[in-house]
Amino acid sequence: MSEFEPKIITFLCNWCSYGAADLAGVSRFQYPPNMRVIRVPCSGRISPKMLLYAFLNGADGVWVSGCHPGDCHYIEGNYFARRKFTLFKEFIEYNGIEPGRLNFSWISSAEGVKFAQVANTVIEDVRNLGPAKNFTKKAPERLTTL
Amino acid sequence: MTDATHKIQEISRRILENGKVDKIIGYQKGSMPMMNTPCVIRNPANVGQLVWDSHCRLNLAKYLGNTKERVGIIAKGCDSRNIVMHILENRIQREQMVIIGVPCNGMADKWKLSALVDGEVVAVTEANGNITVTSVSDEKAIPRAQALQENCVLCKHRNPVIYDELTAELVEEPQNMDRHESIRKIESMTPDERWRFFDDMLSSCTRCHACRNACPLCYCPTCFVDESRPQWVGKGMDPVDIRSYHFLRAFHCAGRCTDCGACEAACPMHIPVRLLTRKLEKDCFDRFKWSAGLSLDQRPAMDTYTPNDPNDFFK
Repeated sequence: MSEFEPKIITFLCNWCSYGAADLAGVSRFQYPPNMRVIRVPCSGRISPKMLLYAFLNGADGVWVSGCHPGDCHYIEGNYFARRKFTLFKEFIEYNGIEPGRLNFSWISSAEGVKFAQVANTVIEDVRNLGPAKNFTKKAPERLTTL
Repeated sequence: MTDATHKIQEISRRILENGKVDKIIGYQKGSMPMMNTPCVIRNPANVGQLVWDSHCRLNLAKYLGNTKERVGIIAKGCDSRNIVMHILENRIQREQMVIIGVPCNGMADKWKLSALVDGEVVAVTEANGNITVTSVSDEKAIPRAQALQENCVLCKHRNPVIYDELTAELVEEPQNMDRHESIRKIESMTPDERWRFFDDMLSSCTRCHACRNACPLCYCPTCFVDESRPQWVGKGMDPVDIRSYHFLRAFHCAGRCTDCGACEAACPMHIPVRLLTRKLEKDCFDRFKWSAGLSLDQRPAMDTYTPNDPNDFFK
């Protein structure tokens, strides 16, 4: 257990990336088990509060994956999401999160290979960055010294 | 009494008396020097309470509320932009309002003024482009242009965007101004430096939420700060909770903030919270060519999209 194993919270769109994860599984494409998947109905469902909450509760990285632009099950959800994420990524990095901790991707349900590839890069990037320090909420000091 | 005050009172009396509006939202003298408070006037006999000077920092669009009444509202450049945002967000109809536009030359920074003199400020007067600050033991004058708030110095929209009445001639708008120098300075730091910079900046925050309460954009029935199931942001004084509060408050204003400076003017601890909101304002313009509150025909940046929005950071 000497080497650092990152914990990555992954938000996957039900209609594409979640299926891609499934496809990667049944096709036996390998990727490390550092992800904790949360299934969402659309990448547009994801509120900035959720992404921040993941970091506050100790995630070393966050990865959001949705449908390719133009392929949204709800027609335009990922277009709105893209605008939101553009500002969010800039802003959380402005606040002191290292680039690379927060990742976004477009993966359709047919792209099992791409899913495994992106999963590998994301996990590798976060592993190289080391444990998250900023925006991780620590237990109050009084409690830890008891 | 200044010309603007006189004109505001005259217009307010007229539109109240001929029944065009049910109430006027304006400023009155506060109980302390340099602190004008918002007020609502319903009786034409009371319009004498309305004032206009260099201390009308708060944004009156905040007090429009979700009303069915016909409202007269006094609006400087930034207030009018926030009124536009309220109309776009379907909070109020344009037809309900009589907007009394006041071309604005900026508001005075109360911290700059109170730093001029020793002891507590007891009176502030203004004449011939100078502001005179009096304390118990001291008296100093400063040219008005040097006493302005930072957001007023950087303001590019001094004239109201929409109005029905005007109290004075429109003022000249500054051109080619670099509004984001301080933001770029922070952007050039490393992530850890940035983290420490904001940690230091927010270390004096008392979580009084005055920045939220003063903000004209802030009208959710339940604010994320008050949500408890799930509780997205801790309510305590933990430094990370304070950071997350300021982070989410600023992000909530993304694409809506007009940099009116009400948050900073309301802060009792003199924290430059606009360093957060202005970053988003800058990004909105750089990425989406959007400045909030300039037109009734365009949808806000976060409420629309184009197929060729920035896509470079997606894997």
